[in-house]
Amino acid sequence: MQFDTPATTNPIDQLKVVGKPLDRIDGPLKTTGRAPYAYEHHDAVRDPAYGYVIGAGIAKGRITGMDLSAARAAPGVLAIVTAENAGPLGKGQWNTAKLLGGPEIDHYHQAIGVVVAETFEQARAAASLVRVDYAAAEGAFDLAAARDSAKKVDQSATAVGDFEGAFAAAPVQLDATYTTPDQSHAMMEPHASIAAWDGDRLVVWTSNQMVNWSTGDLARTLNMPKEKVRLISPFVGGGFGGKLFLRTDALLAALGARAARRPVKIALARPLMMNNTTHRPATIQRIRIGAGQDGRITAIAHESWSGDQPGGQPEIAADQTRLLYAGANRLTQLRLAVLDLPEGNAMRAPGEAPGLMALEIAMDEMAEKLGIDPIEFRISNDTQVDPNNPDRPFSQRQLVECLRIGAERFGWDRRNARPGQARDGRWLTGMGVAAAFRNNLVMKSGARVRLDSRGEVTVETDMTDIGTGSYTIIAQTAAEMMGVGMDKVTVRLGDSSFPVSAGSGGQWGANSSTAGVYAACVKLRDAVAQKVGFNSADAVFADGQVRAGNRSVPHPVELRSRKLSIPISVGPGTAPTFLYSPIRMLHFRLFGRMVVQGRFSHPDHQRRVRLTP
Amino acid sequence: MKPFTYERATSPAGAAAAVARTPGAKFIAGGTNLLDLMKLQIEAPTHLIDVNGLSLDRIEPTPEGGLRIGALVRNTDLAADARIRRDYGVLARALLAGASGQLRNKATTAGNLLQRTRCPYFYDTNMPCNKRQPGSGCAAIGGITRQLAVIGVSEACIATNPSDMAVAMRVLDAVVETVRPDGSTRRIPIEEFHRLPGETPHIETALEPGELITAVTLPPPVGGTQIYRKVRDRASYAFALVSVGAIVQRDGTARVALGGVAHKPWRVEAAEAEIPRGAKAAAEAMLADARPTHDNAFKIPLVERTLGAVLAEARG
Repeated sequence: MQFDTPATTNPIDQLKVVGKPLDRIDGPLKTTGRAPYAYEHHDAVRDPAYGYVIGAGIAKGRITGMDLSAARAAPGVLAIVTAENAGPLGKGQWNTAKLLGGPEIDHYHQAIGVVVAETFEQARAAASLVRVDYAAAEGAFDLAAARDSAKKVDQSATAVGDFEGAFAAAPVQLDATYTTPDQSHAMMEPHASIAAWDGDRLVVWTSNQMVNWSTGDLARTLNMPKEKVRLISPFVGGGFGGKLFLRTDALLAALGARAARRPVKIALARPLMMNNTTHRPATIQRIRIGAGQDGRITAIAHESWSGDQPGGQPEIAADQTRLLYAGANRLTQLRLAVLDLPEGNAMRAPGEAPGLMALEIAMDEMAEKLGIDPIEFRISNDTQVDPNNPDRPFSQRQLVECLRIGAERFGWDRRNARPGQARDGRWLTGMGVAAAFRNNLVMKSGARVRLDSRGEVTVETDMTDIGTGSYTIIAQTAAEMMGVGMDKVTVRLGDSSFPVSAGSGGQWGANSSTAGVYAACVKLRDAVAQKVGFNSADAVFADGQVRAGNRSVPHPVELRSRKLSIPISVGPGTAPTFLYSPIRMLHFRLFGRMVVQGRFSHPDHQRRVRLTP
Repeated sequence: MKPFTYERATSPAGAAAAVARTPGAKFIAGGTNLLDLMKLQIEAPTHLIDVNGLSLDRIEPTPEGGLRIGALVRNTDLAADARIRRDYGVLARALLAGASGQLRNKATTAGNLLQRTRCPYFYDTNMPCNKRQPGSGCAAIGGITRQLAVIGVSEACIATNPSDMAVAMRVLDAVVETVRPDGSTRRIPIEEFHRLPGETPHIETALEPGELITAVTLPPPVGGTQIYRKVRDRASYAFALVSVGAIVQRDGTARVALGGVAHKPWRVEAAEAEIPRGAKAAAEAMLADARPTHDNAFKIPLVERTLGAVLAEARG
C-alpha cells in the first residue's frame, strides 16, 4: 500500500481510541519490573554463562601478544574468544570499525576479546588476568589539529546563487566559528545481549532500536544466512541512536556461546559505554550570514567539520541551515577528517543538535549586529518554501506562529535586551529564543494483524519501543481500525520473525509504524467484509461488530475459524494518511521553538535555564 | 573483583586490630566508593571487616559545647540533624551539595573523609597512575585536567579530593577521633588528616594501618553566616570545579576553605586576614603557589569570583 495521495475520510477519523489520553499499555509491566530487558530474559534460556568484554587499552596500534593462560586457568572460565580464535568474521553494513578488534586496534576500548565463565564475577575476574602487549602507534584524536586534512562530503552540500559575492556585498556581516565537543551515550540500560545457538540457528535477545538492520549485520558478521538469525528486542531501556546498530555485545555473546556451547549473556560495563559504542562526534562550525540593514538575509553559509574512523560519516550539522531561513544565496558544506576516536554516529537529533545550536547562536549574534529583536529577525526571514527550490512548498510550516505564541506566553515584551539588567537574588535573569526543527522522515513499515475467534486483535511487527510508546500507539491504531476496545488488542514487538517495520530512529518510528499497522488493518477489514458478504466500502467496524446499512454481524462469531495474516508495507517517502495529509512532493518537517528564561549567577558564572510552559 | 572473605566487627578496637593483623584487610561501612573500586580491581582487599554494627551512629553534645558525630552517621542523617542545620550550616549545605540522595543514604561520615582522592586516570586501569600503582607515572599530567588540582600538586599526582563534606569540616576545625590496633585512641585535627600528594600520592591520610575512625567532633558553634557554594559542570551529581565553604562574621572577618583545587580541602589561615580587603586579595593569598595546567587555569579566577559571590551573599 502506498500513501501518495491526500487523505480521504478513513476509520481513524472516528478518534474513538486514537488521540485519547490513555495510560501506556506496557506501563504496568515496566513499573512492576516485569518487562524483560535484554539481560533479563531469565526464562528464555537455561543455564546461561556470562561474558565479560575486554576493551583495548590503547587508542591506536597493534596487539603484539595476548597471554590467555592465567585467565583460562581461572575458576569458572569456559571460553575466551579473541580475533585470533574467532574464525573469519565479516563486517556489518552499519558499523565502521570492527566489533571485535585485533591485532590492529582502531580505537580505545575497541573490544578485543570476551571471557566466558560460569558467573559474571568469575568472567570479570578472569578478564583482568588477560595480559595484552601492544605496540602503540601515533593516532589523530584532535579535530582542530585534523581540520585542514578534512575532505568535502557531498551529503548536505548546497550551493545556491552566489554566496561569496552576496556575502561580500552585504551591508551587515557575521562570520563566526563555533565548536561542540564529543559526547557519549550513557543510557540507563547498557548495550546487552543473550545469545543461544540451536544447531546452526542463532537467537539473540538484545536491546536494539532497528531489529532488521541488526539481524542482517549479525548474519553478515558471522558469515551466515540472515534467515538463521533471530533477534528479539521487546523492550529497550533507552536507545537515543546509540542502539540503532549491531554492537559488540550481540556479536561477542554469539561468539562466546558458540565457543562455550552454552547460552551466553553480556552487558557492556559502564566504562565501555563511552568508547566501545558510537558517540556524537565533535564539530567545528563556521557560519556566515549577510543581511541588509532591513534585516533580510541575502547570504547564508554553514560549514561544518567533524571526524570519524576511516570510511565513517560526518555529523550532519549544516542540514537544518538549508531550510530554516530564507536567503537567495546559500552555501552548506560538510567536511570529514579521519580520526582514531571511537566511531561517530547518531545521538539524539544527530546533526540538528549541534548544528541548530550554532545556527541559532549565529542568528542571535546577527540580530544583535542589526539592532533587531531576535524574534522579529527570525520572523522576517521565514520561508514557506524550500529556499533551495522555491517550487517545493512545506506541507505546513508555522514557525512564525510558534515564535509569536512563545513570545506572548513568556512575556517577551517585558524583556530587557541589554545584558545584566534584570536580577533575581543572586541570579541575573534574561530571556532568549531559539527556533528548532527536525526532519520528518518516513520509512517502509510492515505489520501483521490477526483477528481471532474471540474477537481479539493481535498485531505483530518488528517495531521497537524505546520508551517512546510504540506499544500503545500501535494498539490504538489497531483498536480504532478494527472497532474494538484497547482491551481486545495485543501488540507484540521487536522480534525479527515478525514483519519488518521502520524501527525506532530518526523520528520515523511512530508515523511509519502506525501507518504500517493501519495498512494491514485496511486489508484485514477488506477480508472480514468479504467473508461476511459486505461491500468493503460500506462496512463499519464498531463495538466489536461489522455493520453495513442495517445489517450487523458480531465478527467474533462469524469469524470463529478464520485467521488472517497480511503483511503490508508503506512506501518510501510517504507518510500515514491520518496524521499528516501528505502529498509526496511536500516537505515534512516538525517545527518547534524554545523561549527560555536564562538565569546567570554573577560572578561565578553558573547558569540555569527555564523553558516556556 | 577478586574473591574476598568477610566478617562483622564487634568492637572498634577489635576491628582495628583485625585489619592490622590480616594482610589485605579493609574496613567497609557504606561501601559507596570501595565497592566501585573493587569492581575495577583498583582496590582488591582479600578480607572485608564490616564496621556497620559498631553503634557509632549517634550525634551527641560534647562537654565543650560542640558535637561529636559518630563515624557511621549517614550523610543524609547528618545533613538533616537540627543541631547541625542550626549551628553548623556550612556542613549541612556541603553534604547536600555532594553525591546523590541514594549515595548520601549509604555514605558515612568517616567513609566520606576516606573516599579516594582521585582523577579519571586513577579509575582507568589501562593508564599509569602513581596513586593506583606507585611509581608507574601520572597520565593526568599532560592529559585532560579540567577537573584536577591547581595547588599543592606534585610531579607525581594532580588529583583532587572530591569531598564537599571535608571542605566544611576543614572550615569548622573538626577533629577526627580514632582507635588504633593497640586500642589507644588519638585526635587528629582535620588540617592534618588529609595529605598532599608529594612523592607518595597513594597515601592520602594520616591514618596508620588498621587505625579506625570512631567519630568526628565539631568545636562549639562559632555563629556567623555559613555558606557552601559549589561550581560544577552539571548542576547535580558532579564534583566541584571549585567550591567555597565559608563562615563570615558580621565584622567582615571570615574563615574560608576551598574544594576542587587540591589533593585535600584547601585552607590557608594566614590568607583569611585578607578577606576584609576583598575576594581578590584573599584568593591571591590562598592560591599564591598555584601551578595550574592550561586546562584548569580557569580555576584561579573562578575561585576569586566564587569567593566574591560568597562574601557578597554573606553581606546580604
